[in-house]
Amino acid sequence: MEELRKRARELLATGEVKVVIGYGEGSAGRIRPLFITDPAGAGVLMFDERCLANLAVYLLKAEVKQLGKAAGTAPIRNHSNGLQPAAESQVSDETVRLIGVADGKAVDLPTLASAEEYVASVSLEPAAEEKEALARIERMTMEERWAYWNEQLSRCLKCYACRAACPMCYCTQCTVECNQPQWIPVPATPLGNLEWHVMRAMHLAGRCVGCGECRRACPIDLPIDLLTKKIGEDVAAGFGLRAGSSRKLEYALSTYRPDDREDFIR
Amino acid sequence: METERRILTREAFDSLLQKAVAAGQRAYGPKDLDGRIDFAPIARLDDLSTGHVQTTQSAKFALFPKVEELFSFHREGNAQVLDEATEADTPETLLLGVRPCDAAAIASLAAIFNWDTRDPQFNRRLARTTVVTITCTHADEYCFCTSVGGGPGNSTGSDLLLTPLEGGTYLAEVLTARGQALLALVPESSTPANAVDKESRLACVPSRFTAETVTAKMAVAFDREGLWREQSLRCLGCGACAFVCPTCACFDISDESNGIQGKRLRTWDSCGFSLFTKHTSGHNPREVQSQRWRQRLMHKFVYMPDRLKVLGCVGCGRCSRSCPVDMNILEHVTKVAEVK
Repeated sequence: MEELRKRARELLATGEVKVVIGYGEGSAGRIRPLFITDPAGAGVLMFDERCLANLAVYLLKAEVKQLGKAAGTAPIRNHSNGLQPAAESQVSDETVRLIGVADGKAVDLPTLASAEEYVASVSLEPAAEEKEALARIERMTMEERWAYWNEQLSRCLKCYACRAACPMCYCTQCTVECNQPQWIPVPATPLGNLEWHVMRAMHLAGRCVGCGECRRACPIDLPIDLLTKKIGEDVAAGFGLRAGSSRKLEYALSTYRPDDREDFIR
Repeated sequence: METERRILTREAFDSLLQKAVAAGQRAYGPKDLDGRIDFAPIARLDDLSTGHVQTTQSAKFALFPKVEELFSFHREGNAQVLDEATEADTPETLLLGVRPCDAAAIASLAAIFNWDTRDPQFNRRLARTTVVTITCTHADEYCFCTSVGGGPGNSTGSDLLLTPLEGGTYLAEVLTARGQALLALVPESSTPANAVDKESRLACVPSRFTAETVTAKMAVAFDREGLWREQSLRCLGCGACAFVCPTCACFDISDESNGIQGKRLRTWDSCGFSLFTKHTSGHNPREVQSQRWRQRLMHKFVYMPDRLKVLGCVGCGRCSRSCPVDMNILEHVTKVAEVK
C-alpha cells in the first residue's frame, strides 16, 4: 500500500499526471473512488480485497478528463486495466497512465504497451465461481432460461446504474435514448427491460472485460454481468479475442477478413 | 383523532394480515429475497423480514409505481376514443412493515402530486392505501431521520404504528380511521396498553444537523462550485439514488402506440441523468454532474420546503446504501451545513 502511495506521490509531484484515481475508505466499511490531485493527499489511497470497482469508467468521464492526464489504479486480476478503452481509441499514453495492482502490490505500468505485456502473463478468463454461474444457466432448458431471464429482468428499474458504471458504455448518446425512432421502449416494463438488456449485451459483445461492475452497481443485484460474460466467452472461443488483453484488439463484430474460415461471410 | 394505544399479540397481527388479504387487499411488506430485503407481496406474518434496518427500495411504488398507465386510446372509425384509468383499476393496498421514514415520505409525495394539479392517479392510490408502520429498534450509520424532522418512532403518515415489545407482542398506536378499521378485523384480540414504555424500545439515531440550517446554508453554498465538484466527481450519473428514494417523484411521459391504439405511460426519471434537462436545441442548462448533484440537494432541502412547505428528504439513507460509488448524502449535507 505504501508503495502505491509513493508512486502516486511521485507521479503527481513530477507532473507526469494531474490526477491519480484510486481507492479510499468510504462509509460503513465500503470503498469509494478517490481523485488525488495533490501529492500531499496521496496518503489516503489504499488497496485491499474490497477494491473491486473498475475505476476505468472515470478515465472516460468528461469531468475527470478535464483535470488532465490521469493515473488509474488498476487491479489487474479484476480485468480493470485500461486496455479495452485504449483498443477503442478512448485513452492513450498521452491521457492515461496505469498503476497496476496485483496480489496487493503496485506494479509500475508506465505505458499501455507495458500494461499489455504484463496482462499477457495473467489469466483474463472468468474466475471459477463466474464459470459456475454461467454453467448453471447453460444447464437450463431454453424454456427455463427464458423464464429465468424474464423473471430477473422484469425487476429492472431502468436506473441505468449498469450503464453508468461500465467503462465500455461510453456512448454520448445511448441507443435507449434515441427516440426517432424509439428503438427501445422507455418504460421499465418486462418487454422494455428485456430489450434494453439484450441490446446492451449485444453492444458489449466481445468488448466486455468481465469486471462485473454492472452487477455491483445494480441496486437490486440483477445478474446482468452473466449476459455479457457469456457472449465474451463465446467471442473468445470463436474468434480468439478477449477484451482487455490488448490495446489494439480487433472488434469481433465489426472486423472483416477475406480469409475468414466461415463460408457464409465471404 | 386521539391516538389509541393497544397491545397486539403476534397471532392477532398475523390474523389481521390474513383477514385483510382475504378481504381483497394486496399486501406488501419487507421480505428476504435471497439476502436482499425488499417489498414483495406477503400473505402471512412469517413472510415478513425482521431484524433488517431498511429495505433496498422504498414503499413509493404503491403510490407512484415505476411504470403507470395514465390512459389508453384507440380509434373507432374516424373518432379517437380515450379510456382513462378509473377507481376500479386502483387496488386496495396494505403496506405492512414500512419504516417511519417511509410513512413520513408520503407527505412529500402528496405535496408534489397536489402542487398545482391534483394528480388523479396518485390521489386514488393514496385514498386506497393503508400504512402499517413498524418502528425502528435498529438503525445504521446511513440513517438520519432525526435530522430531518422524523424519528425512529415517528407516527407521521401511518394509519397504524407498531412497536415490537418483548415476548413477540406489539404496541399498536391507532392513528387514523383506516388504522381503526384495520384493527377492527381482529376485534377482542387486542388489549389496552397502559404503561408501555415505547421510547426505550426505539433505536438511537443521533441528530447531525437541523434542516433549517441546511436550507439556509444551501443558499450560501450554491455558488461554491468547488464544493459541488468535490462531492460529485465520483458520481456516475445513474438514477439509483432517485429510484430507491421514497420522495423522488420526477417522471417521464411516453406513448406506446401502433397508430390505431396505444397508451400513455408515466415512468420514473432522475435529475442525475445528463439528459434530464437537455433541450431540443442541444443546450443543457445543467451540463456537468456537479450541477446535477447540487440540484438534487437544492430540490430536497430548498425548493420543496420553500414551495411545498415540506422537506424532500426523510433521512432513510437508501440513496447512500444503494450508490455504486458511495455518495453519502448524510456526509455531503453535513458538509453543506458546516459551510461558512
